[in-house]
Amino acid sequence: MSKDSDPYLKLDHIAKSFQRGSTTTEVLRDIHLSIANGEYISIIGHSGCGKSTLLNIIGGLTPVTKGAVLLQNREVNSPGPERAIVFQNHSLLPWLSVYDNVAIAVNKVFSGRKSRAERDEWIKHNLALVHMSHALEKFPSELSGGMKQRVGIARALSLEPKILLLDEPFGALDALTRAHLQDSVMEIHSRLKNTMIMITHDVDEAVLLSNRIVMMTNGPAATIGEVLTVPLARPRDRLALVSDATYTQCRAAVIEFLYARHKAPSLVA
Amino acid sequence: MTLASTGDGYAHTSAPATANPRKVLNNAVAVSPAFSLGRRAMRAWIWTLQNALPPALTTALLLLIWQIAFSQPGASLPTPSIVWSESKDLILQPFYWAGSQDIGLGWRILTSLQRVAVGFGLAAIAGIAIGALIGQSIWAMRGLDPIFQVLRTVPPLAWLPISLAAFRDANPSAIFVIFITSIWPILINTAVGIRNVPQDYRNVAAVLRLNTLELFFKVMLPSAAPYIFTGLRIGIGLSWLAIVAAEMLTGGVGIGFFIWDAWNSSKLPDIVVALVYIGVVGFVLDRLVSAAGRFVTRSATP
Repeated sequence: MSKDSDPYLKLDHIAKSFQRGSTTTEVLRDIHLSIANGEYISIIGHSGCGKSTLLNIIGGLTPVTKGAVLLQNREVNSPGPERAIVFQNHSLLPWLSVYDNVAIAVNKVFSGRKSRAERDEWIKHNLALVHMSHALEKFPSELSGGMKQRVGIARALSLEPKILLLDEPFGALDALTRAHLQDSVMEIHSRLKNTMIMITHDVDEAVLLSNRIVMMTNGPAATIGEVLTVPLARPRDRLALVSDATYTQCRAAVIEFLYARHKAPSLVA
Repeated sequence: MTLASTGDGYAHTSAPATANPRKVLNNAVAVSPAFSLGRRAMRAWIWTLQNALPPALTTALLLLIWQIAFSQPGASLPTPSIVWSESKDLILQPFYWAGSQDIGLGWRILTSLQRVAVGFGLAAIAGIAIGALIGQSIWAMRGLDPIFQVLRTVPPLAWLPISLAAFRDANPSAIFVIFITSIWPILINTAVGIRNVPQDYRNVAAVLRLNTLELFFKVMLPSAAPYIFTGLRIGIGLSWLAIVAAEMLTGGVGIGFFIWDAWNSSKLPDIVVALVYIGVVGFVLDRLVSAAGRFVTRSATP
């Protein structure tokens, strides 16, 4: 049992460098961050700053060079269902139906804990959560990009993860679908109160969804430049926020960080 | 102007904008039950015409050219009419049985197919298993790939003497030749398919903590299925090529030996008929594997 004062998830002075032949590239250095249970964290930064590497480290897909990821005071260094990942390109298995794509996850993780009927119900429950109940027997190739991403989110949620990691989940979607899915994710977050960490490069998305925005400096050897707390009450309504002063201030702060102090490396040169 | 008055619905239903489109539509609805059957029959008829007529015409044309080219006295090859008159029993009665060597071509084809089934079946199992291994393990690939690249260029019949020496019997030798001919495309395609399993799928498997067997059967194999079926399709074609050649040399019952036997007794028309049988069966085998592949991977097109 962890004490209340201990953070839920702790990124403890993480560094990551890649070795290629005799040259070593330092991607991340001294990433230090504590995240509370139920928080929605966005990680924002220019392309190539190592955001995805950081998410993969938390997910356990990439090993750290230095430091550690501590989940409830336990070090995690391999992938596992308690840190579910929503991949940027949905990563659904194309030969499985919508139902089976969630079933492969549920049947693996809950095989000993839930009966067959309970698992079936749990699969359908999670697909209902992302409004995909109408397409259980469809295959990924028959779905739009937004629907595929919904199924990807359902698959991740079905694992009952302690932390949900979202790797630019809406990056490949058009603006309208993106807004729709953002609302869905906000609704899910308010209902399940789970901890979410999202990679994004969209300022509005970060401000709208997050409790805190982690802004990364430019690579190589990127680190956390600044952490901005978004003091907006939930539930948040995108229409009302357009003219909200706090929202505008937060947005301005992130833009100022990204475009004035830490310009994209390609623009500096 | 009404549709009924002309008695011919087709010209008018497809006719472009008329002065009163609504009226035409109403008429069409009223008329359609009477015409629907005829229309469906018409569509089937048009489909047959478009798909069966061109090959039928070209076949007829080629037969005609063949007939004319070899119809002078003393021609080296028989004409289609001679093939028909001398070997029509082979064409009309593929399954007669009148003694151990006097049997219909259908039986011989079945004997050959049986050998192909065993040899190709073994090649499929071994090819997919070894292919998965070298697709998965960089060290297995480094160790085995050069050997396979050399072995796969050995022509099928070059294996026959050594397999005859090893098995001391014609039938297992023929099966071995099938096996060793058809395994390479299956093996190499499987290896490429496994190597090309997207990292995303492996990540999904890693997050779910699938074990090695689950990873192989639930992710690797389905993901590589299109590649594997390409290999199987090339493999079945090669094994059909090899069986005929192998049987010519090993003898016994089989379509290959039949051709050799007919050559020795100067029955050229019989050879022509046997060639057609071989071609048609090879075509059917290819289509069967291809259809199986489409069935298995029907939903896997990303």
